[in-house]
Amino acid sequence: MYRVRGRRILACAAILATAVTLAACGNKTSQGPSSGAVIDTSGPTIKVGLLNSLSGTMAISEVTVRDSLKLAIEEINNSGGVLGKKIDPISEDGASDWPTFAEKSEKLISQDHVAAVFGCWTSASRKAVKPVFEKDKSLLFYPVQYEGLEQSPYIFYTGATTNQQIVPGLDYLKSQGKTSIYLVGSDYVFPRTANKIIKAYAAANGMKVVGEDYAPLGSTEFSTIVNKVAASKADAVFNTLNGDSNVAFFKEYKSAGLTAEKMPVVSVSIAEEEVKSIGTQYLAGQYTAWNYYQTTPGAANDKFVKAYKAKYGADKPTSDPMEAAYVSVYLWKAMVEKAGSFEVEKVKAAAKTGGITFDAPEGLVTVDGDTQHVYKTARIGKIGADGLITEVWNSGSPIKPDPYLKGYSWATGLS
Amino acid sequence: MTLVLSQLFIGSSIGAVLLLIALGLSLTFGQMNVINMAHGELIMAGAYTVYVLQKTITGAGASLLVALPVAFLVSGGMGVVLEFLLIRRLYARPLDTLLVTWGVSLMLQQLARDIFGAPNVQTRAPDLLTGNVKIFSSASGSDLVVANSRLFILALALLAVAALTLVLRLTALGRRIRAVVQNRDLAAVSGIPTSRVDRLTFFIGSGLAGIAGVPLTLVGPIGPTMGTNIIVDAFLVVVVGGIGHLKGTVIVAFALGMLQSIVEYSTTLSVAKVLVFLAIVAFLQWRPQGLFTLRTRSLA
Repeated sequence: MYRVRGRRILACAAILATAVTLAACGNKTSQGPSSGAVIDTSGPTIKVGLLNSLSGTMAISEVTVRDSLKLAIEEINNSGGVLGKKIDPISEDGASDWPTFAEKSEKLISQDHVAAVFGCWTSASRKAVKPVFEKDKSLLFYPVQYEGLEQSPYIFYTGATTNQQIVPGLDYLKSQGKTSIYLVGSDYVFPRTANKIIKAYAAANGMKVVGEDYAPLGSTEFSTIVNKVAASKADAVFNTLNGDSNVAFFKEYKSAGLTAEKMPVVSVSIAEEEVKSIGTQYLAGQYTAWNYYQTTPGAANDKFVKAYKAKYGADKPTSDPMEAAYVSVYLWKAMVEKAGSFEVEKVKAAAKTGGITFDAPEGLVTVDGDTQHVYKTARIGKIGADGLITEVWNSGSPIKPDPYLKGYSWATGLS
Repeated sequence: MTLVLSQLFIGSSIGAVLLLIALGLSLTFGQMNVINMAHGELIMAGAYTVYVLQKTITGAGASLLVALPVAFLVSGGMGVVLEFLLIRRLYARPLDTLLVTWGVSLMLQQLARDIFGAPNVQTRAPDLLTGNVKIFSSASGSDLVVANSRLFILALALLAVAALTLVLRLTALGRRIRAVVQNRDLAAVSGIPTSRVDRLTFFIGSGLAGIAGVPLTLVGPIGPTMGTNIIVDAFLVVVVGGIGHLKGTVIVAFALGMLQSIVEYSTTLSVAKVLVFLAIVAFLQWRPQGLFTLRTRSLA
């Protein structure tokens, strides 16, 4: 008996030792001197990385982004590829876990030698991979609206920054005569930063923030918060909740007798996909602020929606982050073709000189070479009983990205 | 005044949700000492039952009433399979049960993802349950409004407790369950088929989880990860209430609901969560065995 157990312990120790050695080796490669990413251009194809959460709590949203990235790649390959090379996508699962995102991006850059990586959703995952891309001098294309106040030289931001989504959302509320607002958000970096900006805007524009509440990510008990909102008699609610919390919030909101007519809610994280999972019964009539809706008119969007539904199913809606992801691949292609090379510094230089445009589903988008963000038209939409969102207001022309809100006098001192 | 009253109502409705999700667990964990980490997924199965029924058989109107017995059978059936295949082999090994059932919970989550897709699904609430009742209007213009869905949950929770109490007190099965809990060996030598009683207890406990899943579709998301959000609260209620006591579970569920709603109103949700946990830690320092303890003559 004793012997057997001894042998077992030995076996365990051996396994552990191997694991430790392997881990140490892994560390060595990642800590080695890095003079920039090596891109493998030897074969007939060019590899790019897709880094999305395919499992865990964020899979709900990020799988749709991965799908539309694949659609863009397929379309580009069918029309001849980039610089004569077909794109070979390597998909990695970030598993809704921020250290995993960093690990996988390191793998994509130093083992697969990809030309660029597309993906990430939450700000937390972007913050986790940012140092990796900066150290290895490799490119990340980030397709989701975010809180601004960031400008990494190795990230291209194809979603909206605050002055293209939140500020227009507030402009809209102001134009509707809604002067007292209640802020409800999830308790993490995006809502906290967004609400700081909203409060600065309100102070300068004669609006009043009558309440501010945060719920931990994943909370589903909103009765007290909704009670506070109802008691505040605010004109409108600005909602920066993310994920499952939205479901519980809107169910509670309706049960409490609050409606879009009495107290409209403007949400910045609810797109077509989320509408479907919350239920139109609870959402009809409420507002969202984005840059793209499935219903946005235009030939480019008709083509995108048709292609997406043909590939993934007629019941699958298209949404803003999916569109921004789709666009990001085409923008990268345009930059590479202008540079005539896959090399990161040359691609960046090509973007810097300007003139990178794409006739996107949301309309013509232009890369701003200085901030590496994208000019986008802001659109306020109203959720319909059919689950689709229709535009009720837009900014008229694409808004120049201003991640640090330098052009807004009320925003001084925010960053 | 209105606010105090409406917060009190919110407190009791949070308590009712806690009670519903903890009730099945108070049977399987409290009475049988099985740490079933897959309890949350059995609740999820109940919620998905509503979704499937609405898709296939009934409209929104009657769906919840039809779903209650069906969810009981679905989750109960899953519980029996789980008990038969895994848990009965691990009765004396609580830590192994914990790990195994946690693995089962991950598998069930992935199964839900494969069958229903990763995104949450939506169900339609019956029109009757989306409205609210105005209890009174005060002069200051703030009315006391009570949501119908919350009233339904409160009624269902109390009904479930009453039914379970009746079964445990009055039926032959209930007597056997209590006998096995109090002294398994003595029950066995008295001719009670303890393994069959175990399976039935597990069936009822799991079925109650399914019932809890039905009204949750009115207040929260229905998705593969909904169980993980629930499971901690459920264990909390049972542990603080005291192992093996239904009474403790009921009292603690409502006490925690009240505490949560009152603290949250004057602070924030995050602070309320922290303070509730601190209160629980302090309470368990004072009474590590929970609110009530089961007194038995068994030496174990």
